[in-house]
Amino acid sequence: MKLYTRPLYAPDTSIGKPRDPSMTTTATTPKFVARDVKVYYGDKPALHGIDIDILDKSVTAFIGPSGCGKSTFLRCLNRMNDTIPSARVDGTILLDGEDLNDRKVDPVVLRARVGMVFQKPNPFPKTIYENVAYGPKIHGLATSKEEMDHIVESSLKKASLWNEVSDRLHQQGTGLSGGQQQRLVIARAIAVGPEVILMDEPCSALDPIATAKIEELIDELRQQFCIVIVTHSMAQAARVSQKTAFFHLGNLVEVGNTEDIFTNPKDQRTQDYITGRFG
Amino acid sequence: MTGYLFLALIVFSVASFMFGRSLARRKAASQGVRGHSLPAFSGWFVAIWSFIPAALILFVLVVFGGRVENAIVQSDVPAAVQQLPELNQGLFFQDVRATVNGGMASTTVYDGELKAAFDHKVAQAKSVDNTITLGAYALTFILALAGAAFAYSRVSPQFRARNSVERWVSAFLVACSVVAILTTLGIILSLLWESLRFFQSVSPLDFLFGTHWSPQIAMRADQVGSSGGFGAVPLFVGTFLIMIIAMCVAAPVGLYSAIYLSEYASPFMRAWIKPVLEILAGVPTVVYGFFAALVVGPSFREFFNWLGAFMPGTPMGEYLMNVQNQMALVAGVVMGIMLIPFVSSLSDDIINSVPQSLRDGSLAMGATRSETIKKVVLPAALPGISGAMLLAVSRAVGETMIVTMAAGLQAKTTLNPLDTVTTVTVQIVTLLTGDQEFDSPKTLAAFGLGLTLFAVTLALNLIAQRIVQKYQEQYD
Amino acid sequence: MTDSAQSSLAETRAAAQPDLKTRVAKRLKSRHAAELRFRAYGILAVSIAVLFLGILLERIIHQGYTAFVTHSITTEVYLDPNRIDPTDIMGANYDQMITEQVMAKMGVNDDEYGTTSGEYKEILSPDLGFKALEALRDNPKLLGQKISLTSPIAANADLYYKGEITRDIVEADRNVSDQQMVWMDALKTKGLVTSHFNTYLFTNTDSTQPELAGLLGAIMGSAMMLLVTAVLAIPIGVGAALFLEEFAPKNRWTALIEVNINNLAAVPSIVYGLLGLAVFINWLGMPRSSPLVGGVVLSLMALPTVIIATRSSLRAVPPSIREAALGIGASKTQAVFHHVLPLAMPGIMTGTIISLAHALGETAPLLMIGMISFVPGLPESVTSAASVLPVQIFIWENASERAFHERTAAAIIVLLVFMIIMNLAAILLRRRFERRW
Repeated sequence: MKLYTRPLYAPDTSIGKPRDPSMTTTATTPKFVARDVKVYYGDKPALHGIDIDILDKSVTAFIGPSGCGKSTFLRCLNRMNDTIPSARVDGTILLDGEDLNDRKVDPVVLRARVGMVFQKPNPFPKTIYENVAYGPKIHGLATSKEEMDHIVESSLKKASLWNEVSDRLHQQGTGLSGGQQQRLVIARAIAVGPEVILMDEPCSALDPIATAKIEELIDELRQQFCIVIVTHSMAQAARVSQKTAFFHLGNLVEVGNTEDIFTNPKDQRTQDYITGRFG
Repeated sequence: MTGYLFLALIVFSVASFMFGRSLARRKAASQGVRGHSLPAFSGWFVAIWSFIPAALILFVLVVFGGRVENAIVQSDVPAAVQQLPELNQGLFFQDVRATVNGGMASTTVYDGELKAAFDHKVAQAKSVDNTITLGAYALTFILALAGAAFAYSRVSPQFRARNSVERWVSAFLVACSVVAILTTLGIILSLLWESLRFFQSVSPLDFLFGTHWSPQIAMRADQVGSSGGFGAVPLFVGTFLIMIIAMCVAAPVGLYSAIYLSEYASPFMRAWIKPVLEILAGVPTVVYGFFAALVVGPSFREFFNWLGAFMPGTPMGEYLMNVQNQMALVAGVVMGIMLIPFVSSLSDDIINSVPQSLRDGSLAMGATRSETIKKVVLPAALPGISGAMLLAVSRAVGETMIVTMAAGLQAKTTLNPLDTVTTVTVQIVTLLTGDQEFDSPKTLAAFGLGLTLFAVTLALNLIAQRIVQKYQEQYD
Repeated sequence: MTDSAQSSLAETRAAAQPDLKTRVAKRLKSRHAAELRFRAYGILAVSIAVLFLGILLERIIHQGYTAFVTHSITTEVYLDPNRIDPTDIMGANYDQMITEQVMAKMGVNDDEYGTTSGEYKEILSPDLGFKALEALRDNPKLLGQKISLTSPIAANADLYYKGEITRDIVEADRNVSDQQMVWMDALKTKGLVTSHFNTYLFTNTDSTQPELAGLLGAIMGSAMMLLVTAVLAIPIGVGAALFLEEFAPKNRWTALIEVNINNLAAVPSIVYGLLGLAVFINWLGMPRSSPLVGGVVLSLMALPTVIIATRSSLRAVPPSIREAALGIGASKTQAVFHHVLPLAMPGIMTGTIISLAHALGETAPLLMIGMISFVPGLPESVTSAASVLPVQIFIWENASERAFHERTAAAIIVLLVFMIIMNLAAILLRRRFERRW
């Protein structure tokens, strides 16, 4: 993979400055409002100041070459960067108008509201049932066995996994196929009843058939959740998302309706990336 | 003397190397060809042939010389000695050996006919010793020269010295790894052999299931009931009790330290705590034994006596007032301290091999760190941790110095941690130290105990290693 | 998605009311408390481990540091021809003679039964008598002359001078009487007794008299034994590791050897002692309590750890090095011995030094091969009876005299210093030569 080298292009003077209005769409109420978000790993800056609005009940895709900061930004949205000792986050990210980096915000509550699905399916070495029941159990969301059964069933149904596993709920989750494991992990995230689901390249470890199933699932889930997906595949971004944001070298280059980004990119770098000149 | 001869042999081999190398060079130069192998290999070839056969003879002399000498000296037993009881005959020859070798003879005084026999045997042993040694030295000398001459004659540019040397090297490496097998075989055979001799006088069932342990009584030949004195159940119970106490200390402290170090501690803190644990792991067990006997023992006794003073008149109070230094609790606690770094470093490895993705998955759902550890990391690591604990149990069972110095000698079948108990290893040490005689059931009993100990620890290790290996393969 | 699924979704959403935030917040306090508790357990566990090490070291240093200072008495001794028969210089009672001379100097009068001089003798040193005899034996002309002698003072007197025996203890409970204390104070004020660094600890061998007992014999024994261990364990261990890692085909046999080595590493050390006793001493007739047998037994014990350490450092050398060497026409043996082994050497040395340090502290197997006997002199060769440091600690710990307790702790300090030096050497080696591929 060829990395884009800076001197080929004019220096970017807009870094850290407010973007043109198209970057911060306000058609409906945004779920997230991020302003000037900077992330450092130790002394090394990873994000140079990101401004973006993310809409509720829709799919927003983050695309860009590896190491561009898209996953780093995704991890800011539920403060998973807190778990990396050397990481430091500056700037504001509002979730429903509340700054989630505020000291009063408990990451436990935040992460219950903002679930996350990772690149590699990571079911716990427990049964399928226990995997899904894990979140409700730790948060104390079910008061009875019946309620828990109900949560597990409906979450698995929402993740389109119920039909495949309803007869073996008490077998190990690690025994499922890769695609099933990833849907189990999505069911696990749904079971808490989050408002947002973050997905970090959820299909990169899956075969095309399993990928298609997950994409179908994402499309269904956007009815109820705000979904943010990081993907390497531009085709996937085009298929599942309504909004697309292009990241490059720690900057947010361009954000807009997916159609516009792919058909009529405003920035030369976006153009180069989606036409495969680099990345 | 043998040492000097060995040094001389090394010098001779170095010289052979140089001669061999220069010969190969000269021959190649005079024939105007390039040899098959580098000249140095010819040098090595000559050196190996000068060294190995001769060194083998010296090795055989050192290892088997004493045995051959004893066999010859003991082949005819003087009449006066024949009249001695069998046990003392062994002692007699041991003293002869000790006198010849300049070792420590027993305190037995030989007089009259025995004195004459003793002196005769010492003289005989000396002459046999001289013959064997001189013979071996002569043989060494001849072999070194012959080997060098043989190898020297083969040196030529066409000779494949490198292949030959490499064959020797391979043979040496194979021999080295065979040593490990031989050690295991040696352990098993020697323990089995001596234990079989023990089980000829004491039935294995009585030994394994008997509840009365008093090997001192069986020492006297006139006493009946020597079989009654070798019931090892009290020792097994004592070992078990101390092991349990040790694990009660080591398992939680070791495991929680491992969790803290791998999940919470900053790199800076880890850099400080890890060496501390390594020091704790490097402290010799005899030091822990000293600590147990002179620090922990007295302070525990004082504490319990002080506690007992609060309950005057009650049986409990009376008991506590009379608690002794040598209680199972002391040995167990100190052994537990010794095992902390062992448990901690093994658990640390195990916990670290749980993939980070599982932790992320749990944290991303809003679980706290401790919930993640308790509900995801530990259950995932459980097989590995149980393997580590089994290894620690095996360590605790085989540990010797702490219990020898801090536990008692009284064989009691009790699970009271304030009582004095004895363990398998303590009894092995007691039976084998201070007693020069080897063939009595008393000393042979030590091998019976040793065999049991070896079997138990071997089983624990095999199971534990299998579990840990399976576990680590799972996350590779 | 079907309609029923849709409705059940709606249900869950409805059931999730009041909103998630409030419901999660309800248990938040207790969950964070549990988190803090858990973390506290971790800190507690680490502190316990550190605390134990602290107590262990503190107690040993506390008990042992006093042994590094001792008191000596220096006095003029008149080798009185009236009391020493020149034809039988061994027959004279030097201790009594010296005691009386010191008493005369200090102005203490003996009673007619000699009880006072008997008591006085206890606070001096029997070594003075030996020294006088030795001087006379070396040079019989000294008879009738005055010589100056210096010796370590009796152990109990030493303890009194160090303040470990005080007047606070009831007289019957201590080994020093009030009268002796007065005499000792006088000796000190007169300047006959001086305190100094305890060189005897390092120049003397074991003795039944605590004030004369030193560690030189044990240190020499340990050094000899460690030498034997190193000479055997390093080449054999490295050879076996080279074979298993570089040459051996991967088959059932090598798998068996691997399992076998892993198990040997976990066999209790006392079992190695039993092996040594049965095979080397009883079967092969090698000399008991000798550094040779001890070294052989310890080398068998250290072998698995040396092999394991060597294999892991061989494995750390990247295959590209071997391929590069083989690629330019080196034989397999040349590739391994010229390239792989030198690169793995620092790691091998580190592992080896650590396992030798471990062997240095090993006690149990040595008791099995008879190393528990009292050895008053220096070992002459690897085949003569010797004592080693850890066993010396064990022997002294068993001694009843109080003065031996501080010497035991001092011996432990010496042993630990040796071990720390070895470990530091290993760490430095690792730091100096560590290479990341």
